Amino acid sequence: MALLTVTDLRTHFHTRNGIVRAADGVSFSLERGETLGIVGESGSGKTVTGYSLMGLLPTPPARIEGGTALFAGTDLLHCTPREARALRGKRISMIFQDPMTSLNPYLRISEQLIEPLLIHEEISRRDALADALAMLESVGIPDAQKRLRLYPHEFSGGMRQRVMIAMALITKPELLIADEPTTALDVTVQAQILDLIKKMQRELGMAVIFITHDLGVVSGLCDRVQVMYAGRIVETADTRALFHSPRHPYTRALQRSIPSLQPKGTELYTIPGLPPDLSKPIAGCAFAPRCEHATARCTATDPALADVAPGHTQACLRVQAGEL
Amino acid sequence: MSQVTSHTDPILELRDVRMHFPVTHGFLFKRHVGTVKAVDGVTLILRRGEVLGLVGESGCGKSTLARTIMQLVPTTAGAVVLEGKNLTAGSAAEVHAIRRDLQMVFQDPYASLNPRLTVYATLAEPLLFHRVCQPAAVPARVAELMRVVGLAPRLVRKYPHEFSGGQRQRIAIARALALEPKIIIADEPVSALDVSIQAQILNLLADLVRRMNLSLVFIAHDLSVVKHISDRVAVMYLGKIVELGPAADVIERPRHPYTRALVSAIPAPDPETERTRQRIILAGDPPSPLNPPAGCAFHPRCPHAQEKCQLAVPPLAADGPTREVACLRLGEL
Ligand SMILES: Nc1ncnc2c1ncn2[C@@H]1O[C@H](COP(=O)(O)OP(=O)(O)OP(=O)(O)O)[C@@H](O)[C@H]1O
Ligand SMILES: Nc1ncnc2c1ncn2[C@@H]1O[C@H](COP(=O)(O)OP(=O)(O)OP(=O)(O)O)[C@@H](O)[C@H]1O
Ligand SMILES: [Mg+2]
Ligand SMILES: [Mg+2]
Repeated sequence: MALLTVTDLRTHFHTRNGIVRAADGVSFSLERGETLGIVGESGSGKTVTGYSLMGLLPTPPARIEGGTALFAGTDLLHCTPREARALRGKRISMIFQDPMTSLNPYLRISEQLIEPLLIHEEISRRDALADALAMLESVGIPDAQKRLRLYPHEFSGGMRQRVMIAMALITKPELLIADEPTTALDVTVQAQILDLIKKMQRELGMAVIFITHDLGVVSGLCDRVQVMYAGRIVETADTRALFHSPRHPYTRALQRSIPSLQPKGTELYTIPGLPPDLSKPIAGCAFAPRCEHATARCTATDPALADVAPGHTQACLRVQAGEL
Repeated sequence: MSQVTSHTDPILELRDVRMHFPVTHGFLFKRHVGTVKAVDGVTLILRRGEVLGLVGESGCGKSTLARTIMQLVPTTAGAVVLEGKNLTAGSAAEVHAIRRDLQMVFQDPYASLNPRLTVYATLAEPLLFHRVCQPAAVPARVAELMRVVGLAPRLVRKYPHEFSGGQRQRIAIARALALEPKIIIADEPVSALDVSIQAQILNLLADLVRRMNLSLVFIAHDLSVVKHISDRVAVMYLGKIVELGPAADVIERPRHPYTRALVSAIPAPDPETERTRQRIILAGDPPSPLNPPAGCAFHPRCPHAQEKCQLAVPPLAADGPTREVACLRLGEL
């Protein structure tokens, strides 16, 4: 059985300027130990999807309008606060782009690391500190014993990211949601952190949802990738299939606009136009106004995900009709 | 991107430029606790019409180097020479006059545009201030600038917050072009943008360089972006240039161990490459510029470091006709 099954998640923001349909019918599932990448442009709903599962969205303005997210038998979207506490921060953890959002600047690292253990497990402070030390060492912090006593600002950016990862992993979660944890880092430090996430995943056998807009990061890390556009999933496939035979025009366009895949001196391929305003109703396919293959039918009919190959699903009507 | 042969003539020269910041502690009684050598002896030539990519990790001094070229900060030592005129020795009036030839574009277009000014006011201000054209000709010139960067002239009455990130960057580029500069220094102009928008801005910059025979210093930490737009690339590490050469050459056949690690760390958007390649994972963090390692600043993280690397600072030396590398072990690697 899948570890996590999300069905028709709809998260909307009720703002003065209208209802922003940030996640609008998101469905996917994740097996134990699997790594799923979620990619898409800024504003496509990646973070909102992760936050919805973690119960981290401010309500209002956010509201979960519908859907379920079954994690080991519990619906994360509709569980009691008590059930939520038993899962989040213990069996499910999240790491963020900016480590300072999850680290408390006024507390020593040691206190922050042992807190989830003291809350979730019957463990003495001494044993918890020993675990914290072991965890800091396994995320590659040199001089961990000494550094346990430091405050977050006394670490470099890359080290803070390691501390945050240590904090997320100390309860040995079954699912880690990583929201652009390396976007703010240098490539050499990014390589260290990605390496670390892979190593910890192997050791703990956990599943990972890796949110990023960098297709390069996804290609080395993920078993499966899903592409989001305007609050919906437009394509899901295993990583190899997604890179070698992307089917949805948006995925293909995204891939074509990566500079390193294009010869120097040529004009870079660009996707015309901008993503849609999610507070306005969208007729038919949200990508149609920017799509070079769009026909009248694309703006008239709501697309739905359908299999193009085993394990490969996409939402373009014209691909489904065999026209592309 | 113009042909490499067309730009041999230097427009800007940096001669052993240094920018050191004193670091003090305490509030009332400031104590000097050290010096950050943000730029520490950079010698470089920018040729007319060329795009020079400048890459390196956060804190290595890229922005500081840009600011010293722009003369936004007084340099600690060395000379910045623009078409034969030494800016570091010039009077305020001279520098002001020359400033027109040098313009800058920043990473965060939102922070660099005044939120209270319409796009029209933003673009008209430098035209009026530097008397580039008659006041009556300003509206037409503003409209032309908008068209050059691919924006509809009717949008000039809007404010920055009414534009998307990519559009704001276009406005910032239009403002940089207003004074018809010879050189543009773009400090991470696409780092904050999505790939699809990134590509638009890169195309725009490449096109402007070609059409206006501009020279462009393109600062980025993303090597794949730099490779695409640059004729040459300079790799910086802790205030110094450690490798310099034709962009494709340096990125496909990096020589300095740091450049090799940097290139190997770029995630390739191809699962096969990713699964089979040997990535060089550097040990440790980038060092503190306040307390840089002795000898070669890269030696504590370098997989090839030997004792001599801790003792002597390697000079940037020729490596073949087009390349320069600063590594003591170059011949042995
Ligand atoms: N608190 C909020 N109030 C109103 N709208 C919001 C709020 N938070 C997010 N949104 C909107 O929801 C949509 C999805 O946002 P989300 O942060 O999930 O995007 P993302 O895919 O994570 O983008 P990025 O790559 O920039 O992080 C966006 O249109 C955003 O403007
Ligand atoms: N005004 C200043 N006073 C003291 N130190 C400074 C000052 N400006 C920059 N520095 C230091 O100089 C070094 C180089 O900074 P700089 O901003 O040039 O790096 P960068 O390569 O542009 O980094 P990034 O990629 O993060 O933009 C850093 O250690 C920085 O802290
Ligand atoms: Mg996000
Ligand atoms: Mg900078």
